Amino acid sequence: MTSGAGAPTRAEIMVFAACREVRDGDCVFVGVGLPNLAVQLALRLHAPRCHLIYESGVFGARPVRLPISIGDPCLVSGAAQVLPMAETFLYFLQGGRTDLGFLGAAQIDRYGNLNTTVVGRDYDHPKVRLPGAGGAPDIALNARRTVVIARQDRRKFVERLDFRTTVGWAEGGTSREAMGAPGGGPARVITDLGVYGFDADTREMTLESVHPGVTLEQVREATGWDLRVASPLGATEIPDEAMLRLLREELDPDRIYLKG
Amino acid sequence: MPARGRRSDDNPLPEVPTLSESKVLTMREAVSRFVRDGDTVVLEGFTHLIPFAAGHEIIRQRRRDLALVRLTPDLLMDQMVAAGTARKLVFGWLGNPGVGSLHAVRRAVERSYPGPLEIEEYSHFGLLCRYKAAASGLPFFPLRGYRGTDLPRANANLKQVACPFTGETLDAVSALHPDVTIVNAQRADAGGNTQIWGLVGAQREAAFAARRVIVVVEEVVPEDVVRADPNRTQIPSVVVDAVVEEPWSAHPSFVQGYYDRDNAAYLAWDRITRDPAELERYLDEWVHGLPDRSAYLARLGEATRDRLRPGPRLAGPVDYGDYR
Repeated sequence: MTSGAGAPTRAEIMVFAACREVRDGDCVFVGVGLPNLAVQLALRLHAPRCHLIYESGVFGARPVRLPISIGDPCLVSGAAQVLPMAETFLYFLQGGRTDLGFLGAAQIDRYGNLNTTVVGRDYDHPKVRLPGAGGAPDIALNARRTVVIARQDRRKFVERLDFRTTVGWAEGGTSREAMGAPGGGPARVITDLGVYGFDADTREMTLESVHPGVTLEQVREATGWDLRVASPLGATEIPDEAMLRLLREELDPDRIYLKG
Repeated sequence: MPARGRRSDDNPLPEVPTLSESKVLTMREAVSRFVRDGDTVVLEGFTHLIPFAAGHEIIRQRRRDLALVRLTPDLLMDQMVAAGTARKLVFGWLGNPGVGSLHAVRRAVERSYPGPLEIEEYSHFGLLCRYKAAASGLPFFPLRGYRGTDLPRANANLKQVACPFTGETLDAVSALHPDVTIVNAQRADAGGNTQIWGLVGAQREAAFAARRVIVVVEEVVPEDVVRADPNRTQIPSVVVDAVVEEPWSAHPSFVQGYYDRDNAAYLAWDRITRDPAELERYLDEWVHGLPDRSAYLARLGEATRDRLRPGPRLAGPVDYGDYR
């Protein structure tokens, strides 16, 4: 095996940023893709007592290999509980037992609302038929914090969604609370260019840090609206050599999630 | 009936008379008897226990105009749509997880190719609540789920209801009563008491909701094997019409403790589904060209099966107590 030395890739920086959002003791609703790896890293670093929940119906997963999907058999062997999917949604999400949820999206707007349904405004004749809602609307509605992970470009970061599958901060301000959404709303957006928070009053997405080698101009270029930027703009924290070794050699040696 | 239970004989159980009559049928008989043209057919199993063999038999018997219902239409639904069995798809999430799109479904939705496909979409939670309402004998199920989203704009069956106690506006979905639900499981007795371990998905709700139920199992076991561990029974005999014993009937999905997911097959599907001619060849080779699942297994080969068999990780026994 090669050593972990070498600069982190964008994917590794995203995984590390997502991992930092997990707090020890959190009930974490783990989504498809990079979050699978981020929570494994969090378990090994600062959050050994976090509980991994999968919408497939698993609480307290402790997989001994990297799960390839949210329904991988390795999530069941050694888990604390397996339960029907309906109860996972009823009790862990709607029942208010989820601290953190991870989400992905094909389109996101400045208030963290997400589209995973169709590209094109005509629902009946879409340009691209996307996968649809899955568990996302309920994670977004009920989790105390949500974190969105997406690659960033102008087709994804749009002024107006073609379809709102999943609510973030709705129209901003107090509009989310006004509609009676029980959860805490989006806390962070992590992309291959930077990390975003949301303004406490307007609830508008705000660029907080850029990854090494990324300029503010590049980020603006990849955003479909006039981007709000924190002052001062920070630099995204990057994983150290030991963490990189852990990611590359132990957690994802086949580069299932770290490719690209 | 073959005695293939995994119970140790060191500690024999009290004699239990076999109470239910056998519902064991071949897959061909079960599909031919219980799946009809125009039916609403639920095929459940979340990643785990996907009824591939049953779906292939439905394709082989050339059923038409089905309304196919599934939380996560994946390879099987792509195949069933491409084979022309479906007029409608009811779903929550559509894709080849971690790999890509279902291009046969997308061709039908985006370009009506080779024909139109009606779709009706929910969140996973919404569709689960539809099963739960039907299984519970309720006309609808309330949930918080769609506020702030455009989903009600896409589906007129998503409605709202006022809570009679608090006045809160809740979302509501209607009961979904399938004509037939088909689920896979590790084992059942001949009467249909069905045991599942690992992910249990929506199998129980979907079975209780249905007018007819087919269970497809890795093993048919004696009734006393089931009665020795009743907490593991997900579906009781009383709702089951047919029990089909077909090992490896969920391949390329997995069966906890029996075989792993064949991820190579899911990756390979991405190439097949992109090209209608390639997909046609797949259906000819793996479905129409084979008489049944044992022919599929022979074609799949022993090496693939060996690669997918997991090592053991046994649960400890529990003591239910002997209350004479």
